[in-house]
Amino acid sequence: MLKPKALLIDITKCVGCGACTQACAEANNLPQEEAQELSATHYTVVQNYHDETYVRRLCMHCNEPTCVSACLVGGFTKTETGAVIYDESKCIGCRYCMQACPFEVPRYEWNSLAPRVQKCRMCYERVAAGGQTACSEACPTGATMFGDRDELIEEARKTIDENPGEYVDYIYGLKEAGGTSVLFISKVPFEKLGFPMNVPKEPIPDLSWRVLSQIPRYSVAAGVVLFGIHWITARRTEVARFEAEEKRKKENGQ
Amino acid sequence: MKFPGLFKLTFWKVVAVVLMTVGLIAAIERYSMGLGSTTNLADTFPWGLWIGFDILVGVGLAAGGFSVAATVYLFNIERFRPILRPTILTAFLGYLLVIAGLMVDLGRPWAIWHALIYWNPRSVMFEVAWCVMLYTAVLALEFSPVVFERFNLQRPLKIIKTITIPLVVAGVILSTLHQSSLGSLFLIIPGRMHPLWYSDIIPFLFFISCVAAGLAMTIFESFLSSRALGREVELPLLSDLARVIVVVLALYFTVRIQDLINRDALQYVFEPSYQSMLFLGEVVLGVIVPFFLLLGRKIRTSKAGLFYSSVLVLLGFIAHRINTAITSMEQWPTRTYIPSWQELFITLGLAAFGFVAFSFAARYFNVFGHGSRAVELRDSKSPAVEGVASVPAK
Repeated sequence: MLKPKALLIDITKCVGCGACTQACAEANNLPQEEAQELSATHYTVVQNYHDETYVRRLCMHCNEPTCVSACLVGGFTKTETGAVIYDESKCIGCRYCMQACPFEVPRYEWNSLAPRVQKCRMCYERVAAGGQTACSEACPTGATMFGDRDELIEEARKTIDENPGEYVDYIYGLKEAGGTSVLFISKVPFEKLGFPMNVPKEPIPDLSWRVLSQIPRYSVAAGVVLFGIHWITARRTEVARFEAEEKRKKENGQ
Repeated sequence: MKFPGLFKLTFWKVVAVVLMTVGLIAAIERYSMGLGSTTNLADTFPWGLWIGFDILVGVGLAAGGFSVAATVYLFNIERFRPILRPTILTAFLGYLLVIAGLMVDLGRPWAIWHALIYWNPRSVMFEVAWCVMLYTAVLALEFSPVVFERFNLQRPLKIIKTITIPLVVAGVILSTLHQSSLGSLFLIIPGRMHPLWYSDIIPFLFFISCVAAGLAMTIFESFLSSRALGREVELPLLSDLARVIVVVLALYFTVRIQDLINRDALQYVFEPSYQSMLFLGEVVLGVIVPFFLLLGRKIRTSKAGLFYSSVLVLLGFIAHRINTAITSMEQWPTRTYIPSWQELFITLGLAAFGFVAFSFAARYFNVFGHGSRAVELRDSKSPAVEGVASVPAK
């Protein structure tokens, strides 16, 4: 029984070599080219902040993904490996997933006539077959670690506790959006590295479900009330009809 | 089928033809070149004018359909029957235009039928899609008597008569659901929207505002058609609608302000910023000013007063929807958006087409009641209320 996997990225260990981006491009048949931002052809990029702090960007593979709940045709799935993957065969291109993602991850093939949403797949097939992600395998410094989510959390906790002053006491992704499968630890405060700090700490789909779950109840009640109002006020129509009939009779000289 | 004066050149006809032609060219470009080069949408701004205006505004302006239908059929207020058919026509055309706008905005429009077979009931988008689909069908059925009458199809007419009440009830429920759900789409992005527009009561705000806008659209359409078809507006009816608008605007304003206070967001109204300016424009010009204008009996019972106040309500509504979908998501300098010419002209072209379609339908069908009164009286079980021409056979 496969335990859910995750990635732990230790920003202090990243030297910006780009091995992860190259391995990712190779594993996913994407063009080998430099980029500063995620795109339809870049599932992960390494960004350079201030003096030599390198930060990877990629899909956070949330445990209760917003994209999974947002997609009206169920085009996204949270898999047993922890990866959140996209099924292009269902997609209608409404781009609600892009609008909804709190980390602004999904990217679009804007120049295609049959555009797909593109994002990191956490090497689903490789991981399901027992392997690890291409990026974690390629990383020379151990900045990107692959493993069971709970073990990686313990590892992150240990690293922070055993190196006081070397890390901000915060695991990014532990609580964000109710918990993600991509976690970060860092020496530089996360808000200085472009991480969104206002992501709710509960699962975001709950925000929609709170409203949607009320619909059956209110629809039934509304139906009853509306039919009721029609029935109660129907007398008005009868009276109007009677009066019009009387008027017509009078006009015809009856 | 006679259309007197069809080929007579008028200013608005030229405008309509130009808009539709350019819109068509833009649509051809969009389908042959893809969204990337024909829109200013981007990864950082996936929704633009077509969602903000064509869909959010388009659906809202068609809201008169369910309100007036409820008034006549559920509240049994017969005297509003004369404006029922034109309002249903406006709503029906409105929804058809929304679907057309969707077909342009979707990245894979040929797959739109997937919503019928792949279900995700946890998605607000799913609920919007289904309610819009079902409600468009309801509108088609509600408008069908007009078509059946024209072609003297008695059996279908009788069938529709028997299901009118359940149809109208379904229409009110479906409309309430999707009008508010278009707002609920935004519940899922608290971190990405500006606090002046994000709120957990967005669905409620969207619903209240659509009631006002739908009625304002009914008034606006009445004036336009009366001018085009050379008939009188039903001033007393429209003034009564305006009274409802006044109350709805008051409700909207108080709920909105309370919500801003509750969320500590009132401060954003007064900081001079791009967002606060647009917010003030939306609320002052679109809510506060028309409220006070329509409150006064003189203005409310005058043609000019009614017309221009309704225009203000409509503009305020449009501003609210566009602010919610576009302004609230903008963050200078990385996330900004201005529509491309293709986006603009497809939108304008669709709107122009709506006006043209309405005007054809109004002349070809008995929408305003200058048709066969004898047929109506013979087949009607409902009262031939004096002075009212448009009585759909019940």
